[in-house]
Amino acid sequence: MGTSKQNLDELIRKDYEHGFVTDIEADTVPPGLDEDVVRAISAKKGEPEFMLEWRLRAYRHWTTMREPEWAHVHYPPLDFQAISYYSAPKAKGAGPKSLDEVDPKLLETYNKLGIPLKEQELLAGVAVDAVFDSVSVATTFKDKLAGMGIIFCSFSEAVHEHPDLVRKYLGSVVPHTDNFYASLNSAVFSDGSFVYVPKGVRCPMELSTYFRINAKNTGQFERTLIIADEGSYVSYLEGCTAPQRDENQLHAAVVELIALKDARIKYSTVQNWYPGDEEGRGGIYNFVTKRGACRGAHAKISWTQVETGSAITWKYPSVLLEGDHSVGEFYSVALTNNRQQADTGTKMIHIGRNTRSTIVSKGISAGRGQNAYRGLVKVLKGAHDARNYTRCDSLLIGPRCGAHTFPYIEVRNPTAQVEHEATTSKISEDQLYYCMQRGISAEDAVSMIVNGFCKEVFKELPMEFAVEAQKLLGISLEGSVG
Amino acid sequence: MLSIRNLEAGIDGKPILRGLSLEIGKGEVHAIMGPNGSGKSTLAHILAGRDGYEITGGEVIYEGRNLLEMPTEERAREGVFLAFQYPVEIPGVSNIYLLKAALNAVRKHRGEGELDAMDFLKLVKDRMNLVEMDEQFLYRPVNEGFSGGEKKRNEILQMAVLQPKLGILDETDSGLDIDALRVVANGVNALRGPERSLMLVTHYQRLLDYIVPDYVHVLAGGRIVKSGDRGLALELESRGYGWIEEELREGA
Repeated sequence: MGTSKQNLDELIRKDYEHGFVTDIEADTVPPGLDEDVVRAISAKKGEPEFMLEWRLRAYRHWTTMREPEWAHVHYPPLDFQAISYYSAPKAKGAGPKSLDEVDPKLLETYNKLGIPLKEQELLAGVAVDAVFDSVSVATTFKDKLAGMGIIFCSFSEAVHEHPDLVRKYLGSVVPHTDNFYASLNSAVFSDGSFVYVPKGVRCPMELSTYFRINAKNTGQFERTLIIADEGSYVSYLEGCTAPQRDENQLHAAVVELIALKDARIKYSTVQNWYPGDEEGRGGIYNFVTKRGACRGAHAKISWTQVETGSAITWKYPSVLLEGDHSVGEFYSVALTNNRQQADTGTKMIHIGRNTRSTIVSKGISAGRGQNAYRGLVKVLKGAHDARNYTRCDSLLIGPRCGAHTFPYIEVRNPTAQVEHEATTSKISEDQLYYCMQRGISAEDAVSMIVNGFCKEVFKELPMEFAVEAQKLLGISLEGSVG
Repeated sequence: MLSIRNLEAGIDGKPILRGLSLEIGKGEVHAIMGPNGSGKSTLAHILAGRDGYEITGGEVIYEGRNLLEMPTEERAREGVFLAFQYPVEIPGVSNIYLLKAALNAVRKHRGEGELDAMDFLKLVKDRMNLVEMDEQFLYRPVNEGFSGGEKKRNEILQMAVLQPKLGILDETDSGLDIDALRVVANGVNALRGPERSLMLVTHYQRLLDYIVPDYVHVLAGGRIVKSGDRGLALELESRGYGWIEEELREGA
């Protein structure tokens, strides 16, 4: 007889492909967190006084805060004293000056991930800033970008080379007091990426960072700051993977985007952290604060995310629409399989006049996955003629998963137009049978249906990322109808 | 090309087919008629490869191979096509995308290359004329928001594109008004040929006015109890199914 059920089960059970560990000597701070650890991190990085002060303010504030519990996710309490807050690959002598000097084992790791730096440098025209655990190991294409006045470097380097920009913008969108995990990040962040695009410059290539959590029991706290000066444009890609371990690992990043007058920032994420096994053992806790500010008229910030990994995802890439006629967009695909949980969405805060926002969220739940969309559309009093369109679709695969939608709408100006649409559908045995009766395998049928469901979001991704995202969905879903 | 021998099958422990035998030769058109609940649709789905039936006896040989051992998609690729009584909706997937994926899967199986976009579109548009379908249906999600008649035409369109060796039409006439029935029947007739066998599963004789079968079989109580030509269908139309069941009881 037909085998659709069996195929689906096999599909769901596909293993995590990036679950290898790279054996590299690491310089790791012992577990635990107090002021001394914060000082030690700052000292290891040779930071100027203002950074240490900022970290300490964040740390002191953090000690007064409690973990948020409002999200639709469940997990045992985290022991913040059991985490090591800094891990860096031990340098053999001085830091690498070119790719040739980078530890070959590190490069091998990236090769396994399918992002050979060399190849990318030569072929893809993508400049990669690779963050391995906490320290940025290689930044490609820097010279070419520097010629146009574009700064693309690790956060640590920016602190030393461009302290004025860092001082001016760090924490200006996500203050060190913002929320529990953002404060923790502000105190202990180890590295990340920094981008500055000067006035009127259109960045000629996609800037890309690949994050990977390697060391055991470490948290990864990276910090990304992107500033697009007046009339400039930049597209930034972020990809993430982590090795397979039984313990849960914490990832608490902060991303701040600043788009000045007439500037545009496009930020795309494909997140494939280790999701834990079928029973929910292990996996990354991905508690991330991402926010952008449109700080001038006609500025535009666009977030696109494809979230297929992590045991728990908790993130709301948001836009503060301060400038008149500014535009915020959020396109999201979030997939939960097995025991994965996701509580994700966005906040669009309309402050200026004639501001517009678009939200398209596609949630896919399979296995015992729980997927929640949580979004806030807020129109302040002075935001005349604000417009928002929200579309929120859920796709269920199998009988044991869940989809939840929590839209919040706060409108304080009567001229606002706010639209919200939501649908829930499911992939049924009948649909699979129908496709298979036409000669299409169950696996191809599932990915055809899922990709059809995600089409609106995928078309917002840069080409090479869209292809990767489609593949990832296929892998993450293997075995999901039963 | 198709040989069903003493097929016994059921669902959830309940027997439905009880020793059904049927021979279909190349290029022949067979109509399977019978009262509701006699097992007509079950037969169609077992041949097509739907999950969930228990086969308890007999065999089905298709082109010299044991059909029941072939996975669903392989049967399709080998030329077994079922036009569904209730075609399934697939939101988000366009009709043309499904057609292309299906055709390429079948072609790949036959060792032929994938059709490029231009050739494919030409082929599909040509076949759409057969069922008088408008091009806009290509770009709409599969069966979503289609009327009953549009869904049935879409099934025949898929059959025309995939060119199966054995086409099984499950109650294709149900829910069709007379104009739609004529269109669908014209499409099916255009697909008749020496290389293609058809099995028409229907409750009413009406369809057979438009698609004239070579043989008519009556399925009752899970078996073929009477076979004949077109005349049998007409007799059923005037006398109903009751007399056959009576004959059966007398014979037993």
